[in-house]
Amino acid sequence: MTILELEHVSVSYDGIRNAVDDVSFSVQEGEIISLVGESGSGKSTLLHCIQGLLPGGAAARGRITLFGKNMLELSAAERKRMRGEQIAMVFQDTGRYMNPITRIGGQFTSYLKLHLDQSKEELLELERTMLRKVNLEDTERILHSYPFELSGGMRQRVGIAIALSLHPRLLLADEPTSALDVTVQAQVVKELAALCRQEGATIIIVTHNMGVAAHISDKIGVMQSGRLVEWGTVEQVIRHPKEAYTQSLLSAIAELDDTRLLKQKQE
Amino acid sequence: MEPALLELRQVSKTFQTGNTKPVKAVQSVSFEVPSGINTGIVGESGCGKSTLARMITGLTGVTSGEILLNGTRISGLRRSAQRDVYRQVQMVFQDPYSAISPRMPVGTFLTEGLVHFGLISKGDRKEQARKLLELVDLDPQLALRLPHQLSGGQLQRVVIARAISIHPRLVILDEATSALDVSVQKQILSLLVRLQEEFSLTYLFIGHDLAVVRSITEQIFVMKEGSIVERLPSETLQEDARHPYTLQLLSSVFSVKDLS
Ligand SMILES: Nc1ncnc2c1ncn2[C@@H]1O[C@H](COP(=O)(O)OP(=O)(O)O)[C@@H](O)[C@H]1O
Ligand SMILES: Nc1ncnc2c1ncn2[C@@H]1O[C@H](COP(=O)(O)OP(=O)(O)O)[C@@H](O)[C@H]1O
Ligand SMILES: [Mg+2]
Ligand SMILES: [Mg+2]
Repeated sequence: MTILELEHVSVSYDGIRNAVDDVSFSVQEGEIISLVGESGSGKSTLLHCIQGLLPGGAAARGRITLFGKNMLELSAAERKRMRGEQIAMVFQDTGRYMNPITRIGGQFTSYLKLHLDQSKEELLELERTMLRKVNLEDTERILHSYPFELSGGMRQRVGIAIALSLHPRLLLADEPTSALDVTVQAQVVKELAALCRQEGATIIIVTHNMGVAAHISDKIGVMQSGRLVEWGTVEQVIRHPKEAYTQSLLSAIAELDDTRLLKQKQE
Repeated sequence: MEPALLELRQVSKTFQTGNTKPVKAVQSVSFEVPSGINTGIVGESGCGKSTLARMITGLTGVTSGEILLNGTRISGLRRSAQRDVYRQVQMVFQDPYSAISPRMPVGTFLTEGLVHFGLISKGDRKEQARKLLELVDLDPQLALRLPHQLSGGQLQRVVIARAISIHPRLVILDEATSALDVSVQKQILSLLVRLQEEFSLTYLFIGHDLAVVRSITEQIFVMKEGSIVERLPSETLQEDARHPYTLQLLSSVFSVKDLS
């Protein structure tokens, strides 16, 4: 079933024309989609668009249909209703969106309270479960910490735990694991993929790690200067890229068996 | 024998936070960085890499242990004594936008270090800013711009140029390329290699992408929960890794070559 369809979507900011430039694609329920491309290519703008959220000064054209609703004409109230259980978002730098003077536990609970009518103890149990799912085992310390007391990677995992806690049907993830170390990337990405498969949730993930995209996605879209220059299955995009641009992205990736940039010094 | 450029002896850091138990962020870490031998530190987020870096640059004090630069102890110094030492040690962070005040023109930021250490007079700032921008392959016109008018990759070049400007011996790069696009990352790594040759620098390169860290270092220390668990030569990293945690790190690198 198609749950999301973009038709000729373009977005302009004050002064910047076509931050997103005539993008069309459709997403089936349960698919894992990765969007890759350099910074400034329009990936975040596109994600914001999909949930009908554009910063002031931005204007969108075209049509975005999500769960049968035209997202570009949605009222703020309707949009708010969709947030949490229908759409959730994980940002690149969760720390920036956290309240610096509220403990993690407090922030988590207030998010859950907006959507769930459960006892404090039940909410707390859900919080602990979600934190363990993103590999934060020391749950009591995390819940009692202020954001600044956690490392960036830990904050990011907290953000993912919060977003996943309401089992959203569509998860929009903007560079959710770029700041994490590789083992956690592997775990978190597997978590995301497993959740997607189990619950039929759909995930659109923006990543600059082509390796991550290649390993978790059903389909990959490559963006360049606002345009979707390549779109297809992993097999098509990674193994048989049509665009020279995609090929250049692939060749810039560091691999463990590359020749090192530094020649070994003579001892 | 010449002392190592950097030596850590049993360095530990414990954070005391309010009502929870103390966090042992770094535990009895010892290692040496010989001059010219780029050294990598890899490990899970929260394992203490940044805390280690902050202790080496004096941004955070050590709880116990000693840090030596060229054989001279630099941990536990008074502020006034630190100044000279830290001319030799510079640090580059992941987010260049947080390193520079949003209202400071790039050229002013670039030459701050030079002015601070009295290496140039204020009148030379414009000329030095131009040279530094050219050094890192940026348009000299950018000197008048504000940070947000530059891309992340451009601004990281600026931060690197400023770090190099005062001719330090050791440059600590804490996830300095982690947030950049792969193609930009590759350019920055090449830039770092070129600058190293030109200025006889040594890098302490902290990161979580083993392939990237390997590409620019000669030895790698693997850190876990505040301790170093293994030292490996970068060239033969894959063949020589023994510690289960290192093997786990290696197995979770996502390659685009070996799709199953
Ligand atoms: N709030 C904004 N106001 C003005 N321009 C913006 C804003 N957000 C993004 N842009 C511009 O739109 C383009 C696309 O940006 P973005 O969607 O953030 O790309 P990406 O996520 O791929 O890095 C860039 O040129 C960027 O500078
Ligand atoms: N200022 C601080 N106060 C309390 N705990 C801290 C502080 N800074 C770091 N920590 C803790 O120290 C540990 C190591 O953090 P950090 O050095 O940032 O790790 P890394 O850079 O490897 O991700 C973490 O458990 C973190 O929560
Ligand atoms: Mg973005
Ligand atoms: Mg760190």
